[in-house]
Amino acid sequence: MGLIRDLSIQISQMLAVLLLAPLLTGFIRKAKARLLRRQGPRLLQPYFDLVKLVRKEAVVAQSASWLFRVAPYIIFATTWVAASLVPTFATGLLFNWSADLIAITALLGSARFFLALAGMDVGTSFGGLGSSREMMFATLAEPALIMIVFTLALIARSTQLSTVAGFMLSPAVGLRVSLALALIALVIVAIAENARIPVDNPSTHLELTMVHEAMVLEYSGRHLAMIELSSQLKLLLYISLIACVFVPWGLAPVAAGFSAHAIGAAAYVGKLAGAGFLLALFETTVAKMRVFRVPDFIGVALMLALLATLLRFMSRGL
Amino acid sequence: MDRLDFDIAHMFAGGLVLVSFMLLYQDRLYALLNMFAAQALVLAVSVAWQAYIQDAPHLYITAAITLIFKAIVIPLALHRIVGRLRIQRQVETVVSTVPTMLAGIALVSLSMVVMLRVTQGADVLAREDLAFALSVVLLGLLMMVTRSNAVSQVVGFMSLENGLILAATGARGMPLVVEISVAFSILIALIVVGIFLFRIRERFDSVDLHALDGSKVNRI
Repeated sequence: MGLIRDLSIQISQMLAVLLLAPLLTGFIRKAKARLLRRQGPRLLQPYFDLVKLVRKEAVVAQSASWLFRVAPYIIFATTWVAASLVPTFATGLLFNWSADLIAITALLGSARFFLALAGMDVGTSFGGLGSSREMMFATLAEPALIMIVFTLALIARSTQLSTVAGFMLSPAVGLRVSLALALIALVIVAIAENARIPVDNPSTHLELTMVHEAMVLEYSGRHLAMIELSSQLKLLLYISLIACVFVPWGLAPVAAGFSAHAIGAAAYVGKLAGAGFLLALFETTVAKMRVFRVPDFIGVALMLALLATLLRFMSRGL
Repeated sequence: MDRLDFDIAHMFAGGLVLVSFMLLYQDRLYALLNMFAAQALVLAVSVAWQAYIQDAPHLYITAAITLIFKAIVIPLALHRIVGRLRIQRQVETVVSTVPTMLAGIALVSLSMVVMLRVTQGADVLAREDLAFALSVVLLGLLMMVTRSNAVSQVVGFMSLENGLILAATGARGMPLVVEISVAFSILIALIVVGIFLFRIRERFDSVDLHALDGSKVNRI
């Protein structure tokens, strides 16, 4: 009985992240449009876009290999697994033992690896350009993420997300300058990894500036739907990660009963909406950077994360 | 000492190291000067907090001197110098940012390793202040090495002196006479530097210090 209940909660969490991801993107687009005093597309538009893409014929380039066809599914699967490992409304789920920060980083890293391979597979110049830029950013963003994980692990003495969230809820956490640095670094990494505005523009097809769009330029039909859905899932994942580690209020243990879970779910939706609005506000107030300025921007995240680790190491060594 | 008190002191001292990094990141002169003022402000708050938890009232004077001279007077004077030299729009193309940052991180970790080893058995606050102070000093030196503009070298020199004040704070402050004389010698250094800046500018039409090296070679 307990197993069935745990399993059903776990499955509902997996479905929740999958269903909420397009809604989050729609919400951010709507908020951005309203901030610019435009009407903007409907809130549910991303769902319609996905359905439309799935129905359309998938055109595959002649020079494409099997990898090009398989990559969207691999990317979608790894991103979905990573997103459903992050605690959203409840901690201590059935697959909790695998909800490890390093495992999530590795899953995201392999998704990026396959996306870059798929970008280069067809052999068009745009795909290769996008892949090389993506990898240039990743060489700085990934170490920054690992250093953030180290900082959290040094503070909470665990890399398991449920334990970290539990520690952050307890009064033992105190006042930590390292946590503030890690938060800023994580936000910068999230912006860079999700191809949001100062780094990349998610709604452009201008050749000289695009990074993520250049890699997926050759995709169409259901393949494109998979890629779009996984990038929406990735955005949801980063927001859930930040919410779970830095604002864990409302997270209920798995055994807490239905009402606690309902409160947790409401808090989670509220956090998503808040983060989405902040992101939209940020994106309307900053301009996109030149591509060669981006390593400086992500370098700041790496520097902050390293500094956070050092400061934590220091105050513990005393 | 209370754990929370120490954590707040740690936060301010760590903030000082962070602001020193942000100094390295600036390439516009006015932004650099504003950041320098912010560094002095953080230092003043940090010294004042340590005066409170160490129960050492004379440190409040140190904080006040830092606040008045280094957060207000010196940045304003440098602002005016930069404005009168008309170099505020110059962008320094120095060693690019990411290698500088990595070098800075290496210096900070070096100073932490060294200071934590050397000061074993001392007071917790003193150990921490010494480690952070050494990193601020090294970052100031790094800034003087990587910049070619005379004004930013001056800023690097002054931020180095901020590190020394932090070190003195951890050891319950320098004697007041030393404190005041250091503050005034910094002011006099500023005046001398100001005069030199105008002289350099008059002679070489630039405040880029590489011009000085070139002139020596030419004479030989």
